[in-house]
This record gives sequence, structure tokens and C-alpha cells, in this order.
Amino acid sequence: MFAVLIDQFWSLTIAGIALGFIYVLVSLGYTMVYGVLRMINFANSEIFMWGTFGTIVTSRDIFGYTQTSAPATGPKLALVLLSQLLISMAVAGVTAIFVEYVAYRRLRAKGTNRLATLISAIGISIVLSELMRLLTDSRPVGSPRVLEKIILGEVWGANLRLDTIITIFAAALIYFLLERFVKLSRMGKAIRAVSMNEDAAKLMGVNLNRVITTTFLVGGLATGAAGFFYITVFEYTKFNIGFTMGMAAFTAAVLGGIGNIRGAFYGGLFLGLLEVYASAVLGTQWKAVTVFIVLVLVLLFKPNGLFGEAVQTTRA
Amino acid sequence: MKIRNYWNLRDYGANIWENAGRPVRVAIVLVSIVLVGLLPFTGGSFLATPIASFDAVLVYPVGMFVLMSLGLNIVVGKSGMLDLGYVAFFAIGAYTMAILGTTTKLNTWEIMPIGIAFAMIAGVLLGIPTLRLRGDYLAIVTLGFGEIVRLVVLNSTWSKGPNGIANIPMPPHIGPLKFELENQRVFFWVVMAMILLTIWMIRRLSVRRPGRAWEAIRQDEDAAELMGVPTLKYKIWSFTLGAAVGGAAGVLYASKNLYIAPEMFTLNVSILILACVVFGGIGNIWGVVIGATVLGYLPDRIRFISDARLLVFGLVLVIVMNFRPDGLLPRKKREKAIVKREANA
Repeated sequence: MFAVLIDQFWSLTIAGIALGFIYVLVSLGYTMVYGVLRMINFANSEIFMWGTFGTIVTSRDIFGYTQTSAPATGPKLALVLLSQLLISMAVAGVTAIFVEYVAYRRLRAKGTNRLATLISAIGISIVLSELMRLLTDSRPVGSPRVLEKIILGEVWGANLRLDTIITIFAAALIYFLLERFVKLSRMGKAIRAVSMNEDAAKLMGVNLNRVITTTFLVGGLATGAAGFFYITVFEYTKFNIGFTMGMAAFTAAVLGGIGNIRGAFYGGLFLGLLEVYASAVLGTQWKAVTVFIVLVLVLLFKPNGLFGEAVQTTRA
Repeated sequence: MKIRNYWNLRDYGANIWENAGRPVRVAIVLVSIVLVGLLPFTGGSFLATPIASFDAVLVYPVGMFVLMSLGLNIVVGKSGMLDLGYVAFFAIGAYTMAILGTTTKLNTWEIMPIGIAFAMIAGVLLGIPTLRLRGDYLAIVTLGFGEIVRLVVLNSTWSKGPNGIANIPMPPHIGPLKFELENQRVFFWVVMAMILLTIWMIRRLSVRRPGRAWEAIRQDEDAAELMGVPTLKYKIWSFTLGAAVGGAAGVLYASKNLYIAPEMFTLNVSILILACVVFGGIGNIWGVVIGATVLGYLPDRIRFISDARLLVFGLVLVIVMNFRPDGLLPRKKREKAIVKREANA
């Protein structure tokens, strides 16, 4: 049972870290919005799904790659990858702002109960995923292979594949930039102020609506970047792909302590590794169950998550 | 006191009800029950649903949605706990029926209490460790529980995995009433009876100690605890009762559908039921009934736009929540109307 795990420990670890970084970026979309609004950004999974389509549309329709065309090389490769990344981020960012405007803003102005907002967010995520289902005829969409999956080298018997390495380093860089943004910029300071105390922040002259829109935008950008990395590694998407990803990323956010950016980082990596190891030991069909059981255990014995603030007592 | 704005049907209706004597109330209830019971005969009218037969739609989704929403309303509406894994109890009931119905000689009515018992045990087992959590954390744990039940069923051999279980027996006759596939009005009457029973149970409990404890927990759990309400006990009770209703609905669903598979018990069902509760007016029984009826009926009625119907469904959710955030029939306004009346009396 554990033979697979011991045999392929390092290649599993590398795959787990890459998956973990994708989780980190998606869970930023949950954790940042939660930090500011104290509400689950339910539509984040669909924002991710739209991001993955942004990547595919860029390579397929803008650069004209097909399933059979040769992978790009040299400067062309860098150009295509970079524009894929930026367009996915833009698509997801715009979708996130749209979600905030349509599903959250009006209800927030009315100061209504949290459940109404949750249902309205559920509504908008149904709209987003159904729209994509109609656009794609419910079919899965494969991505043309832009990046050839060269094996760069071998470490302790594990292959270092180019796409995994790019995912790990680029995702880490994007995470780092976002973390610096929230930590150092004036807007980031405002975001943190609102998440600490909304009323006090308002009294100090923070423009609440702008902060919230920016939070959705930043979360959306991170989620869109995750969409790009997901396509680069797995090369496939579908209108309902957001669900599994959203569940895992939300679990990662809670695991690290929701509302906490650093928590999303550790939670995402931990969950990515856990998922990969668990599927090696128990078989892939049980990995979601393992993840949930660990989540329940963490919540029971360390209810604020590994790095979280005390939101345990907030009310539904 | 006279309520002037007659266009406000809700307050107007509430006013009539509050001022009526016992015989009038009994008459109103009986007439409404008969009218609703006659619904399966109106299949040819404008109410009819294209493609699916009308009496089948009345049983599932409409009737089942109402039943499950009432069950979930005990958890979410009465005691204010956000449960996103309600489908788990529905699945437990349905699989109890499917496995016992195909392997033993028990009939639906004998399996019903067993299914309810299993769902309640699951409710207690889940409730004891998790109900210490609150708000969104509880939501995510229950959501996880719902997924775990589905995945266990999907990956186990005793449940025949993704193939599902077929040839589940129909319920035996009740006197002259026969259960048929083509004509599901008897199923509808059974669902209706179960709904009435649930409503009766909720109304009885609401005015007694558990109901008051739930209300206190929903408004302020810490204050309730300080006032000596054993909050964990009543939360588990509320969870278990909700589970019982879900389990009963599951047993009947399996027996009606004759076939069940894990893909029928996804998170979407939980979300849809929660949407019914919030859409109609959280905490208010009649609001929940109306919300579940609309959301169960609407997708089938608008099947003519077949492919886009879920899109429209999502849009309706967003729009209604934006303009009526407390649901179609909110609890608060109704309470306010009663308070006003008492103040003026």
C-alpha cells in the first residue's frame, strides 16, 4: 500500500507542490474576499473556470494553435505564454468585478442577511457556469500544446518537467507579488484595515466600495493565473471544472485559516501534497474523502485553521 | 384593526387568519388541503409542464422539494445553522430503501422508519463533533459530509458503485389506492400527507421548549448558553429532526424512482434545497413551501427554453435576492404584523 508512496516519493512531492501552488492562487480568491466581507465568495470556482477558458482561447483563437500544430519555441513561446497568463488574469479579474457588482453590491448596501447574499452568489455562479455550458455545448475543451513538456532533469529519481517547474516558480512569484501588494501598498493597507474593522476604516476615510472591488479584482487575478497554470499542466477544461477546484481551494483556505493570506499559502501547499500522497496510498477515488476528513479534524482540534484568526464565532 | 393596503396579500391574509375563529380556520385549512390535493387533475391546464408529465413533476421535484425544504428549514431557518450537506440524509434514506427493498421482503412502509432511523443516527454522529462550529465553518464541514457520503456510495461495492441500484420495489397499495408509474397522483397524496405531518410537527415544536431554544440559539447563541439553554443538545436535536425529514423523503424518492445512482445526490441538490428555503423566506413555513414550489416547478415549466432553463434559474435567484433579500414571504414582516395587531388590541 505504501510501496507506491515510498517508490515515487519525490516525483509525487513535485507534482504535489505544483498542484499546491494552483490551490494557493485559487484560495487567495476565497480568502481575500472572506477577509474583507466575512463571506464566502461562492462564485470563485466559476471565475477560475472562466480563467481556464481565457488561456485556451488565447492560444487557439488569437495565436491560431491547433491540437496538431508544433509547440512554440524561443521568444514566441514566451510571448504566447505571457499573453495567455495576462489574458486569463484579465478575464478572471473582470468576471470577479462583475460578480461583485451583480451579486454582492446591492445586497451589501441594503445591509441584509448573509444567507441572501450567499444565495445571490450561488445564483450568479449558476449563471456563469451555464453560460459557458451553452457556449461549449457541454463538451470538454482540450488545449493545444503550446509548451512542450520537456524533461529538464532528474532529482532523486523524480523527473523535473518544464510545465511543473514553470508552474511552481511563476505561481510562487505571483503569490509573492500579491502578498507584497497587500502588505506594502496604500490600497493593501486599506484592505487590511477593512478586514480588521470595517466601521473604523470607514471613519478613517477608506472608500469601502473601492476596497471591496479591488479585493475581488485581486482575488480574481490570482484565480485567473491559477487557471492558466492549470491548463499548462492538465491541458483540458470543461464548464463544470470549477466545482472540484473550488471545493479543494476553499478547503485549503479554511485549512490555513480563512481571511489570512499567509494561511492560504501554507493551506494550499499542504492540501496539494496531501491530495497527491493520499491518492498514491489509497487510490485516486478516495482522495477527496481524505481531504475532508483531515479538514474536519483540523477544524475540531484547531478550529481557526493553522494560521487563522478567530472567526469561529461569527454567525451565519 | 383594519389593514388598509389590500394589495399586500400577505398581511391581508395574515390578518384574516389572526381574526378568524376556530371553525373558520378549520374550514380554510380543509379547503386548501382539498384544493392542493386536486392539483394532479389540472394537468391539462396552463399549469401543465411540457415534456415531463404534470403529476410526476408534482411529486418530484415539487413535492419532494417542499418536504426537504421544510426539513432543512428546521436546521437553517429555526436554529440558524448553515447546512450545505443536507443531501447526505436524503441519500442515506434512499440507499436504505434501495438496499433493504431489493435484498429483503420488507415493503416501503416498513423500511420508512428504518431509513428515518439511519438518517437520524447519521445526524447525531455528524452533529456531536461538528455542531460546536459555527457559521461558515459549519457550512463547509456539512458540505464535506455530503460529499463524503456521495463518494463512499460511489466507490463501494455494496452500493453497486456508479451503476446505482435498480428494481427497487414500489410501495404496496393503501386500500384502493394503487401506486403506478404512469399515474403518480397517489405518490403526490403520500408526499402531501408527509408534508402536512412535517408542518404539524414543526408548528407544535415551535411553540414549545425546543422551538424557543432554537429561536434563542438563532438570535444569539452565547446569550442563550448563558441563560441556561443547553445549546449543543438542542442544536443536535434540530439537526437530527432535519435529518429525519430528509431520510423520509429519500425513502419515498427511491421507491418512486425505482432506480437510484450516486449522481442524483450531488452538492447541487443541497444548494437547490437551501435556495428554496432562502428564496421563499427563511424560517417561515409558508414562505418555504412557496419558495420550494416555485423553484421546483419553474425549471420544468420553462423547459421550452430547454437548454437555457438553468441559466434563467440562476438569473431568477440573483434578481429575487437583490430585490427581496428576505425571500418572497419573509418571517420578519409577518412577525411585525402580529406585533402591530397586539399593540393595537
